[in-house]
Amino acid sequence: MSAKTGLSHKRARGWARIEALTCTVITGAVSRLFASAPVGSQPTNIFAPVSTPADELYHLSLFDLSVCAGIFIVVFILLVYAVMKFRRRADDDGREPPQIYGSDQLELAWTVLPILIVVVLFLTSARVIHTVEDAREPANALRITVVGHRFWWEYRYVQYGFVTADELHVPVSTPRHPWPTFLTLLSADTDHGWWVPRLAGKTDVIPNRVNHTWIDPHRVGLYLGQCSQFCGTAHAMMLIRVYVQTRAQFEAWLKNQQTAAANDPGPAVTAGRRAFESTACINCHTVRGTVADGRFGPDLTHLMSRQTLGSGVIPNTPENLRRWIQGPPAIKPGVEMPPMNLSSRQLNELVAYLETLH
Amino acid sequence: MAPDSMPIARALSLPRSERKPWLEVLHEWVITVDHKKIGVMYVLYGLLFMVAGGIEATLMRIQLAVPEARFVSPQVFNRLFTMHGTTMIFFVAMPILFGFANYLVPLMIGARDMAFPRLNAFSFWMTAFGGLLLYFSYVGGAGVYGAGSAPSFGWWAYAPLTSPAFARGHSTDFWTLALLVSGVGTVGFGVNTVATILCMRCPGMKLTKMPLLVWLNLVMGGMLFFTISPLTAAQLMLMIDRYLGGHFFDTQAGGKATLWMHFFWIFGHPEVYVLIIPAFAFLSEIVPVFSRKAIFGYPIMVAATVGIGFISFGVWAHHLYTIDMPSYGQAFFVGMSLAIAVPTGIKIFNWLATMWGGKIWLATPMLFCVGFLFQFLIAGLTGVILANAPFDWQLGNSYFVVAHFHYVIVGGILFALFGAFYYWFPKVTGRMMDETLGKWHFWLFVIGFHLTFDPMHIAGILGMPRRIWTYQPGHGWAIWNMISTFGVFVQATAILIFVFNLIHSYLQGAQAGDDPWDAWTLEWSTSSPPPPYNFAVIPEVKSRRPLWDLKHPEDPDWQYE
Ligand code: HEC
Ligand SMILES: [Cu+2]
Repeated sequence: MSAKTGLSHKRARGWARIEALTCTVITGAVSRLFASAPVGSQPTNIFAPVSTPADELYHLSLFDLSVCAGIFIVVFILLVYAVMKFRRRADDDGREPPQIYGSDQLELAWTVLPILIVVVLFLTSARVIHTVEDAREPANALRITVVGHRFWWEYRYVQYGFVTADELHVPVSTPRHPWPTFLTLLSADTDHGWWVPRLAGKTDVIPNRVNHTWIDPHRVGLYLGQCSQFCGTAHAMMLIRVYVQTRAQFEAWLKNQQTAAANDPGPAVTAGRRAFESTACINCHTVRGTVADGRFGPDLTHLMSRQTLGSGVIPNTPENLRRWIQGPPAIKPGVEMPPMNLSSRQLNELVAYLETLH
Repeated sequence: MAPDSMPIARALSLPRSERKPWLEVLHEWVITVDHKKIGVMYVLYGLLFMVAGGIEATLMRIQLAVPEARFVSPQVFNRLFTMHGTTMIFFVAMPILFGFANYLVPLMIGARDMAFPRLNAFSFWMTAFGGLLLYFSYVGGAGVYGAGSAPSFGWWAYAPLTSPAFARGHSTDFWTLALLVSGVGTVGFGVNTVATILCMRCPGMKLTKMPLLVWLNLVMGGMLFFTISPLTAAQLMLMIDRYLGGHFFDTQAGGKATLWMHFFWIFGHPEVYVLIIPAFAFLSEIVPVFSRKAIFGYPIMVAATVGIGFISFGVWAHHLYTIDMPSYGQAFFVGMSLAIAVPTGIKIFNWLATMWGGKIWLATPMLFCVGFLFQFLIAGLTGVILANAPFDWQLGNSYFVVAHFHYVIVGGILFALFGAFYYWFPKVTGRMMDETLGKWHFWLFVIGFHLTFDPMHIAGILGMPRRIWTYQPGHGWAIWNMISTFGVFVQATAILIFVFNLIHSYLQGAQAGDDPWDAWTLEWSTSSPPPPYNFAVIPEVKSRRPLWDLKHPEDPDWQYE
């Protein structure tokens, strides 16, 4: 297997062709059921993969499903047949049927056959495990460190020296121009799980442990997911958004993120900035280029470049931003940001300031 | 009907005790060391907790019926799924199954009681006390810190959610103590079962002549030692962390979260088999009797069970595929987990072969067994799917897994249990359960079960994680959740019919006689209910179906075994 990048591989083996054949039937059924609905209405469907790890799993799953469906049909027919055929009739004579205590041949058959099936399943699985888990990181890979926090995501673009939160931006990776993203997963507190079904299977995010996963999305778009390992009260609202962009878009985004916040956002928002820097906000939040260097909450340097607030729970509009700062728990129960009890005037000023953080 | 097989037993069996003041009756039950009474108490106790666990499940399903519901708060929801899981595994499934084993094993091996009757009572009361401790956390969990009530970390209690930093108050401690205490009871029961089966068999009953139910409970009892010990060890370590400044699992002090995961699942996976093997045991008794045939392939059935027992201790890390294990580690556990499908498959085929060529009588016990076979087949196959690590990277911790293990526990174990209720109720009470109500119970439960759990497979495939308090619209999950919630109410109706049937039949059911199913194992040779000493004269057996031999002297089993 050409494990150079782990991204390209050939299915040359004989059984793989049988696999492909068996799959066709199930593929038909599955794609009818799940993929016929527009993907937009099923944004986290595991059967709509757009990245190599998810793709690999998808093909394996079709194979596994067809094998299992086959077994199911056979045994189910036997069961129904037995119940129908050997039911005691109304005109039963009350005599006991012939007693049969076993049959070595039959029992051998249904021991050996399952063993063969199991061996095949094991080999197919082992191949996919190897392809996905042992994929080597190419030199040009985008490297990102993901830190799970209760209940939001920190994304560190280590090659570019900046930090952002909650919305991950990555470049599209095509066979002609591969640009995969390799993620290192860390936790700041409890277990979490990073799961974006259309891009890759989930990987747990565990404190005191360094985990890895990778994606190479083939198609531009927004891909959704959420925390997959229970982490506490607001676990259900720890959502994940991955924006897959063209190279040009992504590079433009990178360039913007690398800049620090304007040190002088203008007189209109001085009051708001003062409010921000004189309240507890700065203990928890960073705005690069200012005195705010808190690390407990999301980096706000480019807050306005995000489409959502609170790890994907509400759209990032001025009105929502105001509501959020006023009382995060009302929007996201269990959140770790306390309500700040600001006056209405302070709130307006603060929001006006935050609105300048593009 | 069979010729009167045990005339002496009949002659000596006492008349039903006359009515006594309730206080005296209560006292009798509390101090009893009779395996039958203890068995019944286990079962009733489990049914009581089943109501609690069922209410918790219903509340969760109501909350999840529609997106962004606010029926309960996330705090309450997280407690509900923690309590539901802990309750159903430790205080419903295990006690009820232990209760049946307690009642049936001595009768089936022709013994007068368990090997250690007082240990038996002790085990039951420890288990009962454990359940009370768990629920006491609802009132006592706030403790001196004034935080928390019931625990809310999920029934796996993954570290570091249980560390003092994240779990203030005492709910964690009540949970830990509850499992420690009931664990002592469980191990006591295991020791007792193994000792009873090894030492108390009646003359002639060699190991190879034991009914399958006894064999399977022997395996289960033996597994308990090795299943419960790691859990107990982990709970002690957690206590040390919380109260003596240990750092086994406290990640903020350098502890290891994965250490807990391994301990928990080394307990957790064999535990699944501790629960399913007794269910297999019921099938292995009911299917032959209602097909009117001897069990097909007795030796391989025993071998498969023992095989499952051993392999089940080598598969735990398939619950940990997503912790980023090395690829060869994952491959190993894929291999082991798939391997366990082989003996399980053998069992299914052997039950089918038992039915094959028989005269199947679809009375309620058998209906539930057929339901078991159908659902357990699917559960086994979704298990095979999940055993493949890559598939599990997607579906692990999703609603697909929730569907899978409810197929095992409800579609499998609970169906077999209902079958067992209908089958042995006449022995325990002397009265038949009502067949019409039984059929209603069965069909409603089948429908409710499938409405509830089938859609969860799809929700999981569409990316819905488990343990979420609510979800946003627009994922395609809403419709499946709505159907699931509806299904719960159908199931609840079926359960109400079942409970009504239990009470109604206990009071007014038709007289059962000693052997209403024309069955073949020793419990049917004594009166219904059996006298305190079970058998006036200890029976002697020559084959696996002693009553068959009595009923068919011209063609006894021992000629073939
Ligand atoms: C105790 C620490 C703390 C304080 C003080 C605090 N925050 Fe936060 N803040 C957080 C955390 C934690 C989050 C992430 C919440 C989540 O999504 O779960 C957050 C999220 C936010 C977000 C949404 C960011 C995003 O990308 O979704 C904004 C905006 C925000 N805070 C603004 C403020 C402002 C303005 C103040 C001061 C008035 C403030 N915060 C004070 C901890 C804090
Ligand atoms: Cu999380």
